Amino acid sequence: MSTKQYLFSGFGGQGILFAGKFIAYKGLIEDKQVSWLPSYGPEMRGGTASCSVIVSDEPVGSPIVTYPDVLVAMNLPSLDRFESKVAPGGVIFLDSSLIEREVTRTDVTVHRIPATKLAGENGFPTLANMIIVGKILKELGEYNDEGLKAALAKVISAKHADMMEVNRKAIDLGASL
Amino acid sequence: MVVYDKPHALLDVPLHYCPGCLHGVVHKLVAEVIDELGIEGKTIGIAPVGCSVMAYDYFACDMIEAAHGRAPAVATGVKRADPSKVVFTYQGDGDLASIGMAETVHAAARNENITVIFINNAIYGMTGGQMAPTSLVGQVTQTSPYGRDPKLCGYPIRVCELLSELEGPEYLERVTVNSIPHIRAAKTAIKKAFTNQIEGNGFSLIEVVSSCPTNWGMTPQNALKWIEEKMLPYYPLGVYKDRSNGEVKK
Amino acid sequence: MADKVLMKGNEAIAEAAIKAGCRHYFGYPITPQTEVAAYMAKRMPKIGGTFLQAESEIAAINMVYGVASAGLRVMTSSSSPGISLKGEGISYLAGADLPALVVNVQRGGPGLGGIQPSQSDYFQSTRGGGHGDYHMIVLAPSSVQEMAEMTVKGFELADKYRMTAMVLADGTMGQMMEPVDLNFEVAPAPEKPWATTGTEMKRKHNIVNSLSLVPEELEKLNIARFERYELVKRNETMYEEYMMDDADIAIAAFGIAARVSKNAVNEARKRGIKAGLIRPITLWPFPDAPFKKAATHVKQFISVELNMGQMIEDVRLASECKVPVTLCNRVGGMIPSPEQVLDAIVKASK
Repeated sequence: MSTKQYLFSGFGGQGILFAGKFIAYKGLIEDKQVSWLPSYGPEMRGGTASCSVIVSDEPVGSPIVTYPDVLVAMNLPSLDRFESKVAPGGVIFLDSSLIEREVTRTDVTVHRIPATKLAGENGFPTLANMIIVGKILKELGEYNDEGLKAALAKVISAKHADMMEVNRKAIDLGASL
Repeated sequence: MVVYDKPHALLDVPLHYCPGCLHGVVHKLVAEVIDELGIEGKTIGIAPVGCSVMAYDYFACDMIEAAHGRAPAVATGVKRADPSKVVFTYQGDGDLASIGMAETVHAAARNENITVIFINNAIYGMTGGQMAPTSLVGQVTQTSPYGRDPKLCGYPIRVCELLSELEGPEYLERVTVNSIPHIRAAKTAIKKAFTNQIEGNGFSLIEVVSSCPTNWGMTPQNALKWIEEKMLPYYPLGVYKDRSNGEVKK
Repeated sequence: MADKVLMKGNEAIAEAAIKAGCRHYFGYPITPQTEVAAYMAKRMPKIGGTFLQAESEIAAINMVYGVASAGLRVMTSSSSPGISLKGEGISYLAGADLPALVVNVQRGGPGLGGIQPSQSDYFQSTRGGGHGDYHMIVLAPSSVQEMAEMTVKGFELADKYRMTAMVLADGTMGQMMEPVDLNFEVAPAPEKPWATTGTEMKRKHNIVNSLSLVPEELEKLNIARFERYELVKRNETMYEEYMMDDADIAIAAFGIAARVSKNAVNEARKRGIKAGLIRPITLWPFPDAPFKKAATHVKQFISVELNMGQMIEDVRLASECKVPVTLCNRVGGMIPSPEQVLDAIVKASK
């Protein structure tokens, strides 16, 4: 049995919840059991935002991720808050354009991605989140064209269909790193 | 030859009201209007909490008893459930202007397509004569035993004037029933309020300045006089808003 | 599953209500349930329904009272402080024997409290909440799928017994997304000859009313109502048992607490501790039977709750205090972790 617990964290506005939703949908499309639980309330507006995502072969018990297998930290307060919680052997994906310090844990794998910088340079400044998502998919061996397309179609509403291509670009950029 | 007949929309049951009370008169006016418009079968009335709480036993149409002050909200639900029905509330001053002020103001602001019959007799009758939001300055009641003192409890609320400031309501008129001509005029106003609803014009409220001989401590005749001498100067009769002709009385 | 969609619990409630034939929704904004109202605001105008943002929770529940009087399926939703305001109307619904659905997506209290998840309205919901002798049917979903299913069930039971049904969720249940399958059967609403829909001059007038000034009459009404409640108890009690057959330690938990507890039970089993879980799905009527049965073979019940210990009283009553019942809880918007529950199990097993 395999269960993967993700914790996405960063500033409100960085697309933290959206990135989590994408991973949840991708799991759903691949016939996994999934849950997505956001932090909610005033802290979303400008403060830290986070969401728990669980993708599993088994029914999901508690939807709250306390000890993530995968931590996405898109700002320093998030890394400070959650680094110690990552499960031993887990993976941390961090936005190195916003986090200068090194991860102190030695029992986890760390991927430093200058996501915000890359997003700006490539003309999609709001999609640093999806660059990191691309990197996650590649590192976890879950990058596949079909699932990706289907999940994007689920998370991007018809109204914003024009965003599909640029999201895909951001994911592919992340996966190429 | 029939000289007088009871309106069909008013059931032939004894009313519980005190001698000299004007609820019976207003009930009859509402029932006559329902008869004349031929709407009894599709009318739903909402009774308040207060002296007229048992109005549900008196009207022949379907009736709902609402919580204190909430009749306009209940009426909103009934009307939204089936807009082809005719829905009226019948409320006193404590119900409509005190505990139910929010529901009143917002139903008016939404121009909810209902008819509100508002009995203002400046006192809580059913609980035995306490100060109402419409009790006059100086008026002695059980809870203003030294007369209503504005320094302690402010001033009586003029509901028609208050609501007339809103963009929403279609029709607001104040009438009274202390004389035959006034009763006739009151009926015309009530009929207009129901007609407005049938025509889909929106919220109509008829404020009926009324009496309470029992709790005012007066004979019925003196109570009618008191309406004329004390109530009407503070609560002037007239149309306060009529959107059909753009009238807003200041 | 291609036709499964990810939905927030709050949205699942709204969509399920529409599937159940509810075309009238009245609400007032409050976190963490506002998505129900937002969803209804979007959908209702497109299907000929009514969404109305009322001036207060009090007005909203009374609008519900109006539509229920007219015999249609109707609902409102709120969160704890708003439910207190609706208490008056809920009591009137009970007194007038009107069917309606009320959703409470609980947050921490008392007072304004916080906005994070809580289960501290257990007493309020299961004991009635407003004045007078009455009950609501209280349904406690523990997944987004159940948020949808319990909403439908709530409408059906409300109509069947002329009662208010409450879906008692919490902030987590409302905010989380899970796959939902909305292809379920809905029982059509029964005939409601008592509804105030206008006499059409063909029948005596109907009266919807909770006033009864003659004590003898009011007593009869109360007794008749409680006879109906007995039927609900007999026919509609719902619960889930998880690994209870050979359990030495039994967790009692509902909603999000049951999800957390399931993880702890699994972990305890891995360590050789025979733990199990009883999850009440109806909180009223409370499922006495599984607790009575478990009391013959477990050595302790642990009530896991997001409050200061409320359901624990029902666990004690149901198990007739035959074995100790302890509390494992967090409050104020905090949620017990699986580790905390596991610790409690380990402690109880020693």
